[in-house]
Amino acid sequence: MKIIAILLTYIFINNFILVKFLGLCPFIGVSKNSESAIGMGLAVTFVTGTASVVCWCVYHGLLETLGLEYLKTIAFILVIAALVQLVEMVLKKMSPSLYKALGIFLPLITTNCAVLGIAIINIDESFNLLESFAAGVAAGIGFTMAIILMSNIRERLELRPVRRYVKGVPIAFISAGIMALAFMAFDNSLLTNLHLA
Amino acid sequence: MAILYAFLVIAGIGALLGLGLSIADHKLAVEKDEKLVALEQIMPGANCGGCGYAGCADYAAAVAIGKALPGLCSPGGQALADKMGEIMGIEVKAGEKQVAFIFCKGDCGNTKKVYEYKGLKDCNAASILFRGDNGCKYGCLHLGSCMAVCDSGAIYRMDNGSLAVDPAKCIGCGKCTKVCPNGVIKLIEDRAKFIVACNSRDKGADVRKNCEVGCIGCKICQIKFPEAGFKVEDNLAVASFTAPEEEAAKAMEACPRKAIIRR
Repeated sequence: MKIIAILLTYIFINNFILVKFLGLCPFIGVSKNSESAIGMGLAVTFVTGTASVVCWCVYHGLLETLGLEYLKTIAFILVIAALVQLVEMVLKKMSPSLYKALGIFLPLITTNCAVLGIAIINIDESFNLLESFAAGVAAGIGFTMAIILMSNIRERLELRPVRRYVKGVPIAFISAGIMALAFMAFDNSLLTNLHLA
Repeated sequence: MAILYAFLVIAGIGALLGLGLSIADHKLAVEKDEKLVALEQIMPGANCGGCGYAGCADYAAAVAIGKALPGLCSPGGQALADKMGEIMGIEVKAGEKQVAFIFCKGDCGNTKKVYEYKGLKDCNAASILFRGDNGCKYGCLHLGSCMAVCDSGAIYRMDNGSLAVDPAKCIGCGKCTKVCPNGVIKLIEDRAKFIVACNSRDKGADVRKNCEVGCIGCKICQIKFPEAGFKVEDNLAVASFTAPEEEAAKAMEACPRKAIIRR
């Protein structure tokens, strides 16, 4: 039951992009067309999922036993950077076109605060391993959902007569703001009503 | 002691991840085309975009898969085209070396100003205000936007304030031709000797009013020296670059406005 609650929390209630405002850089940068948005979403989901597990193991297996909890930020960054490199290699091999479409934003997942965010939240909420994994995947799915929604909106905006002073990124930010307002509808009462809390 | 642990832990994690990554790099290595590697190495690396691709690597990739022909690279010239042809196993001829040329002789003394411009030192900014401060709306604005975009430093300011291109330094990438709001810089073949250094399509009387050295489209060069290869179109004479030099020299002498120049 708690797993479902965690999934719902990080996909809807605490959506990383639209509620917590983490990881906005690729959200604006790669949302121009839906194909690369899906690719970016999947790459981020993979990184958040695996980073959650590995960071949890590093924290509880290594740092906590040695009393070095204060090193968690730097240790997590190391893990995340290596994972992103791995994703980059896999993508380069499997799908060069997607690799090219993601461009600079792929290595920038390294510094995406959503990834470090979920790793630290897992520790702060004292989740166990399975819960951490669920939270990581849910955060990734939430990110993917938000970026796909955004890319579809932006594809339509391209064809609309938009005033010149808001054309491009400004109108994208305004749209993101309105989407964030819509996501305010999800709060903890969702979990209460579903008898999950 | 704690600091030692901290050091060892972080170093250990780093070493472990590094090892894992190097193994993954080995397993997931993407084989690069030998031709592509060879092509990338001989590219001049100016990334000027003159070939029409985003940069040298992009052009090399297009050549390697046969999408583009060798010899489009202006800075590399024939020497590079030969090398690229060798790698690809085909014979190629480079396009003729092209250089930029400013089709305007008007400096501050020759051209009438219609107002005093004191804005940004940028031709495109000046162009927004009544298409610049010159009476002639086709000429050089002398603010040097072309100088700013030129990566090879081929455009310089002469003593009288007007701009000129050094053909020895120019690599023919064509960036300046795109930034100029009046289109007064164009690419010409480097061997061209005689050029009508004017870009004005105004009627003769208007040119006379605004500029002392502009082409008025009088057709003397075209009619009196048919062999010289000048052709007047839209009130502006254009040289053909292939005509015999003696004839073109005579036409230059005969031009009442001295708009034809020898390079």
